[in-house]
Amino acid sequence: MLKGYVPPYNATVVQKLLDKGAVLMGKTNLDEFAMGSGSTDGVFGPVKNPWSYSKQYREKRKQKAHGENEDSNWLITGGSSGGSAAAVAAFTCFAALGSDTGGSTRNPAAHCGVVGFKPSYGLVSRHGLIPLVNSMDVPGILTRCVDDAAIVLGMLAGHDPKDSTTIQDPVKPFTLPTFADVNKLCIGIPKEYLAPELSSEVRSFWSKAANLFESEGAKVIEVSLPHTSYSIVCYHVLCTSEVASNMARFDGLEYGHRCDINVSTEAMYAATRREGFNDVVRGRILSGNFFLLKENYENYFIKAQKVRRLIANDFVNVFNSGVDVLLTPTTLSEAVPYLEFIKEDNRTRSAQDDIFTQAVNMAGLPAVSVPVALSNQGLPIGLQFIGRAFCDQQLLKIAKWFEKQVQFPVIQLQELMDDCSSDFEIEKLSSVSLKQ
Amino acid sequence: MSSLLSASSALREDALRRLKREMWARAVKLGLRSWVGWRRGFTSKADPQRSGRVTAEVIEHLERLALVDFGSQEAVARLEKAIAFADRLRAVDTDGVEPMESVLEDRCLYLRSDNVVEGNCAEELLQNAHRVVEEYFVAPPGMCSPKWLNRLSLSELRI
Repeated sequence: MLKGYVPPYNATVVQKLLDKGAVLMGKTNLDEFAMGSGSTDGVFGPVKNPWSYSKQYREKRKQKAHGENEDSNWLITGGSSGGSAAAVAAFTCFAALGSDTGGSTRNPAAHCGVVGFKPSYGLVSRHGLIPLVNSMDVPGILTRCVDDAAIVLGMLAGHDPKDSTTIQDPVKPFTLPTFADVNKLCIGIPKEYLAPELSSEVRSFWSKAANLFESEGAKVIEVSLPHTSYSIVCYHVLCTSEVASNMARFDGLEYGHRCDINVSTEAMYAATRREGFNDVVRGRILSGNFFLLKENYENYFIKAQKVRRLIANDFVNVFNSGVDVLLTPTTLSEAVPYLEFIKEDNRTRSAQDDIFTQAVNMAGLPAVSVPVALSNQGLPIGLQFIGRAFCDQQLLKIAKWFEKQVQFPVIQLQELMDDCSSDFEIEKLSSVSLKQ
Repeated sequence: MSSLLSASSALREDALRRLKREMWARAVKLGLRSWVGWRRGFTSKADPQRSGRVTAEVIEHLERLALVDFGSQEAVARLEKAIAFADRLRAVDTDGVEPMESVLEDRCLYLRSDNVVEGNCAEELLQNAHRVVEEYFVAPPGMCSPKWLNRLSLSELRI
């Protein structure tokens, strides 16, 4: 739909980075209009996870499959901001921006072994971010370490007159001091997040992380977010409804793709949108329009908005009971091969993969996915921290402490390591880590 | 004077009517036949899995509202599944709960003063459009829609 489109203005977040002297390396691939959890449905093709080519993964694979074409079974990055995550993981850039509406920054961050940060809703400007769900979208930040994410956040956070949903409170600087008060922390483990589909490896790392905090004197308690099982359904209704509205602007008239039919505006719009949108986008638009029909509005849209309040209140109640931060998995498992991922359709996959991440968007809370360790297959696994609204700095402080404890290994890309000196390798890889 | 006016307005009306007929006929040639056949194809199969919520009427209505077509039977099936998925919300007790529109509902929305601070970039904006005449975006005429087509008699369609 946006083929050939050259934006006549920069998004606020991009402009802020450029004003501070950032160098734009390029624009990354994603699922079309950020709809998806695999970065497989983009018009430029699917995104390949750099870990598919890592020494760590390949060595494990050699033990299992022999004579298999190495490139045919590459892994997905997760999505929808998979291109950004892959770019950061492959050392192409210092940081990358993504979007996070249901987990689209945190999901690929976990699969690509990088830090994926979702700021509180209202902290970072959405001006220039193509809206998917106006009440949940935020620009996401992807970096290789938590300190870098804090640096980028420091540049981006703050009120923007062009986005009236940004809060007007003055923003404190985001330098992260070393966090020494772990023993004063209260970590919440939501019991409803122990999903049956959760892989045993992720569950094991989750449990080890909780033990790590406990061993340092923090209070680790089980908490309850009772409406968790409905959050994905609620998200599905609200997302498709807002999408139906937001995608209405793409009619081919003022910008973007335009078909050749000239009989009438409606025929032109319909054909343009048929040609310009893929099945996923069209499916969501139609679902959204269904939920917004007069006869369905109350039962679906309004109902979902009510359930959203219940979900947001769940989080408020938990934080009010003394919990500082929640610790949950980010994804159900490590990255899967592309050929396996495409066996199910986009909507099913999104419903499965967003399970731990999208409730956060409904409540507008800050969250960060931190890479923890490698799985048995040599692939990254990440865990998620969820903080209180507008307590982004505290969340990042805790994440930084945790990152230092786990010492996630650096990806070993053959060509890259051949050129690097051996000192680089030794310095980064040694230390305590959560090993299996 | 008035007779001239009425004569010219009569001529104009006649011309408009002719133009409408021509355009409908063209639009019809473009899609009506295939559209009707395609629609029949969708509803003739009785799928035991389907809840039956997505009737031909609903399909037509949604396509008209969304200006996006289903394109295939799979798409209709996907919508049925999406509806069934959304139906799970019924199990939640929301008595006395207010709908939540925004997480920032307790705050005042920022409104800046109504002063022009930027703009004047018409040329840049027009560059992104495919069809432009001077400073105008060019759109096709906006008269034809399936509803209109349905009301036409066969003789007018000239099929």
